[in-house]
Amino acid sequence: MSDTESTAPRRTPLYDLHVELGGKMVDFAGWEMPVQYSAGIMAEHAQCREKAAVFDVSHMGQVELRGEGAARKLESIVPASIEPLAEGKARYTFFTNPEGGIMDDLIVSNAGDHLFLVVNASMRDQDIGHMRANLDGVDIVELTDRALVAVQGPKAVDVVGALCPDAIEMKFMETIVADVMGASCRISRLGYTGEDGYEISIPDEHAVAITRAFLAHEDCDVAGLGARDSLRLEAGLCLYGNDIDNDTSPIEAQLNWAIQKRRREEGGFPGADRILRELADGPSRKLVGIKPQGRAPARQGVEIQDTDGNTLGHITSGGFGPTVQGPVSMGYVAVNHANVGEVVNLIVRGKALPAEIIALPFVQQNYKR
Amino acid sequence: MTTYYSEDHEWITVDGDTATIGITAHAADQLGEVVFIELKDAEDEFEKGDEIGVIESVKAASEIYAPVDCEIIEANNMLEGAPGSMNEFAETDAWIYKIKISDAKQLEDLLDEEGYKAFIG
Repeated sequence: MSDTESTAPRRTPLYDLHVELGGKMVDFAGWEMPVQYSAGIMAEHAQCREKAAVFDVSHMGQVELRGEGAARKLESIVPASIEPLAEGKARYTFFTNPEGGIMDDLIVSNAGDHLFLVVNASMRDQDIGHMRANLDGVDIVELTDRALVAVQGPKAVDVVGALCPDAIEMKFMETIVADVMGASCRISRLGYTGEDGYEISIPDEHAVAITRAFLAHEDCDVAGLGARDSLRLEAGLCLYGNDIDNDTSPIEAQLNWAIQKRRREEGGFPGADRILRELADGPSRKLVGIKPQGRAPARQGVEIQDTDGNTLGHITSGGFGPTVQGPVSMGYVAVNHANVGEVVNLIVRGKALPAEIIALPFVQQNYKR
Repeated sequence: MTTYYSEDHEWITVDGDTATIGITAHAADQLGEVVFIELKDAEDEFEKGDEIGVIESVKAASEIYAPVDCEIIEANNMLEGAPGSMNEFAETDAWIYKIKISDAKQLEDLLDEEGYKAFIG
């Protein structure tokens, strides 16, 4: 599908700004991205929970779908209800495979005369190929000349609203096109931190100026991918490749809410057999929050056992939660052990460390409903 | 007292046949904010290169290795309650172990301060 694959990591339009701001640059999904800045992950995390933080997420894929019946055709490869999605609304969904696993998760917005999709950086080539192969008569255009900047946190409304008053009254999962400092931007009120906030699609040539203007606000500072990961983990949001993948079904991942009533009744998406069966009968394992009782973080791959030493599953995401002020994890466990309050053991470096199954999220989501 | 450095980014300050060891400020900076430290107990004995503890930062877990054959005399229990002190005081208050050196000849394989500075570039 793609042309000659380049091995050198790609850079976003904000690369020089990251370096200027002290960003520690790492290769992430083929992109040279800031994992943190000089303040460090803890401070950047707190900045987002308490005020507002700016994240460069330009490595994510931005795609437009145009053409007669694009929404209906997209429904053939995702289990969300897309056709009735009102103009100016965004919805979370995922591409499913014939076995009912998840190929990638994404946001779909009804942008009026087209659909606007945001997909994961590591999956953009796969996703575009998948859509080209399955969406006959739909014009699929990857936007390669736009940055994507997230402004997240309780003060995000002030930061973005100062430059774009139209953004202030928007609600969660709404999207508009608006002028920001002379540039036509798509502003969507959503994010990946559990906090109120926006993701703003900006023409490349305006990305630095607008980002600098956000950062000039007294309540706003920059944050890297490290804080983005700890924020989403505390908020109980799945990371593709960790918590969801080609083997996990949306029902196992507790994403039932993302499959609307009509799609449950009609099916008509890849893997519907398994997904509808698990909806009716329940899955054999499910994704749960796991709170280690001690201080040791339990990271991806750690085995989860019952108190008799039987394997129940594995941690899919785990680390230290700066807001929780302690270790937090998520993982799949057999459904008969997935009860909130149940004590399990996590096998960290050969030692069984007690942990408790908890209801996600670890930190209450704070969206503008 | 002489201070040596290992290529695993540890420092070891020798006083007779005992020594104090820790990780370098450079290592602490590379790890990022330390949130958890797992230490071995006093009287445990180790050979050079054995894992003698784990430091978990917000980003990842990293092992601590014995820079020489040794017996642990004392672990710095302050670190368990205040792991973040590792980021500020890696080469002073946030020492990790006091050890008894089993084979002093192994010190010759370690770096001096100048050598370590060159090593980390």
